Amino acid sequence: MKRSYTITAFSENHVGLLNRITIIFTRRHVNIESLTVSASAIKGIHKFTIVVHDTKEMVEKVVSQIEKLVEVLKAYYHTDNEIIHQEIALYKVPTKALLESNTLEKTIRDHNARILEITPEFAVIEKTGHKEDTQELFDILSKYGVRQFTRSGRVAITRSNKELLSTYLKEVDKAQSIHINDTINN
Amino acid sequence: MKEQITLSEIEEKAKKVKITGSEALILSLIKENVDTIFGYPGGAIMPVYDSLMDYNKKIRHILTRHEQGAIHAAEGYARVTGKVGVCMATSGPGATNLITGIANAMIDSTPIVCITGQVVSSLLGSDAFQETDVVGISMPITKWNYLITKAEEIPEVIAQAFYIASTGRPGPVVIDISKNAQFGKLYFRYKRCTSIRSYIPGPAIDKNKIGEAARIINKAKKPFVLFGQGIILGGAEKEFRAFVEKSGIPAAWTILGKSALPTDHPLNVGMLGMHGNYGTNIKTNECDVLVAIGMRFDDRVTGDLNRYAKQAKIIHMELDPTEINKNVKADVAILGSVKETLPLLTDLVERKSYDSWIKEFKDCDKIEYEKVISKDFYPSKPGISMGEVMHLITEKTRGEAIIVTDVGQHQMFASRYAKMNYTRSFVTSGGLGTMGFGLPAAHGAKIGAPDRTVIGIIGDGGFQMTIQELATINQTGAAVKIVLMNNTYLGMVRQWQQLFFNRRYSETHLKNPDFIKVAEGFGIKGRRILERKELEKGLEEMLNYDGPFLLEVPIEKEGNVFPMVPSGASVSDIIINIE
Repeated sequence: MKRSYTITAFSENHVGLLNRITIIFTRRHVNIESLTVSASAIKGIHKFTIVVHDTKEMVEKVVSQIEKLVEVLKAYYHTDNEIIHQEIALYKVPTKALLESNTLEKTIRDHNARILEITPEFAVIEKTGHKEDTQELFDILSKYGVRQFTRSGRVAITRSNKELLSTYLKEVDKAQSIHINDTINN
Repeated sequence: MKEQITLSEIEEKAKKVKITGSEALILSLIKENVDTIFGYPGGAIMPVYDSLMDYNKKIRHILTRHEQGAIHAAEGYARVTGKVGVCMATSGPGATNLITGIANAMIDSTPIVCITGQVVSSLLGSDAFQETDVVGISMPITKWNYLITKAEEIPEVIAQAFYIASTGRPGPVVIDISKNAQFGKLYFRYKRCTSIRSYIPGPAIDKNKIGEAARIINKAKKPFVLFGQGIILGGAEKEFRAFVEKSGIPAAWTILGKSALPTDHPLNVGMLGMHGNYGTNIKTNECDVLVAIGMRFDDRVTGDLNRYAKQAKIIHMELDPTEINKNVKADVAILGSVKETLPLLTDLVERKSYDSWIKEFKDCDKIEYEKVISKDFYPSKPGISMGEVMHLITEKTRGEAIIVTDVGQHQMFASRYAKMNYTRSFVTSGGLGTMGFGLPAAHGAKIGAPDRTVIGIIGDGGFQMTIQELATINQTGAAVKIVLMNNTYLGMVRQWQQLFFNRRYSETHLKNPDFIKVAEGFGIKGRRILERKELEKGLEEMLNYDGPFLLEVPIEKEGNVFPMVPSGASVSDIIINIE
């Protein structure tokens, strides 16, 4: 059964890694729904958050292929209920419509959106939420004429207590120091 | 002049006085114990070739006639020696000519380091002369690749390249070096790489899994071992043999696992897969426990996965975690190097023998011998069969030779009928099926194992794909023995056309050159066999000749390889022959 999965991968910050990761999806003909790359909480390590719609078997294979990459430290996958996730959306609407309508102000309030900037011509509205939420607001604002719209990829955090990677990194450090000690002792 | 001073003196000096990136590269290769490079010079790699000249006593460079020849030779060298094969090419077309070989090394897990020249880094992305995005092109087919743009990066990156290529599941690494990095200067200090934080060569071993596997094996009535190249790559031939002999389980091999266990070993029941043995395929779907060791359940081995060993409990011992559950779901997966996991398993399995179960294989062998093998070895038709040539070669060499093949019917005959006493004796393009692999790989194998007889078994199609490497062989004088199986057809494609396309031989007939004249033109001695009775003498002449030799054998045009598991069929639907 196909469903939404969020894949997170932690890698060294090297040139070309995005390409290395995305070709794994390309090769298996898996479409990427959204992708976010940024620095992680750990210095020098980048985090990829990739949303796909596919079967568990396929996601498992893709994740293990990602983890196999030399420069990737660890990769995980989660279903939507295992994570807390958000997207951000920006809407540009004509200021005139904003001023003429009473309901627009209520809409913004009801959707927990906010206005970032107003010029005589247009206003920029920001909303964070799940894709359905940002889409819902888009549908409503469309009536007033959305001149520009943009939506970010997903950012996600697990429901577990700590970043999975920091535990993992500690294990790696320990294992490698043991390995080094072994080498010295031998 | 640099020959006058020792390597350690050079190294000591390079710590205090800067040397060029290209010299640092050569010194790095020497520190990695590289003794042979297969390559081809060109504009963007010229500084390296210039430095190489100063070290030609330490490193032998073999000038191939095409970069594809260089990488296949490096693969042949790596496969017989277990060392990392090294090849070198210039930017652009030089590098792209390596691509087929890189893909081949990737799918067959061969440790290769390719050094390619690149345009100066300020010109990257500007469509400069002979510029190609080599890192981009080779990304999906390398274990790792890297573009060096500064001389100071060279020692560390080369150390990482050799570490990554040779550890864990081996594979090809491409290091692209911009010309300014080759010219640039650095203080040289070399430290071999022993770990990379984001790279785990071998996963941790879970002893519980080994216990679980042993319990399943000890209860089995009809256990069956399938083994692959993982045994050879892990250097676990002894450990594997000990496991098989104690457990008493019959064992069958994938094409790349062929020489891991001597062909004549009583528990070696033969070859798996599409053109493997009858018994090994049939019994896959009758065994109760399948122990897969260092193999990846390739589709040419499994046939239809939905009808593959469904009755059996599957134990999969494998180094690469991505292979677990990729094609066949494992009931017990034992991760880790088989060199470490096999002895642990051997300790826990009971000493047993399965006489009646093994007899079932022998019964299948009888059927196969009667219906296929005897006809291959002793054909009633006047035309020579590939099977009888392989049979004779095996008799003459008594399993002592290294057999290198190209791709096609002759490859399957060689795999089925060549006997091997030692490991690393069978070199073939398994996963990619690269025509043109055979001749350069045989040359590389002979360079890597000069004291052994190396016989390249090659068809007339594949031979012409890299025939220019005869010139390389003539230049090195390596005593490569080439048996050209000439049926004037792309035989395997023709066989499929005969069986599945109603004998419509679309573009498979070859009007061939006079191969003996061609060989003579390249300075290689040759002999053409005209009829069966000359075959034995011809083979003897080839084997006794002191130098490279081409023996052309005309082959029955419409000969077929059987048995056969048709594409998409189940292993139990193996066709023994079409009569």
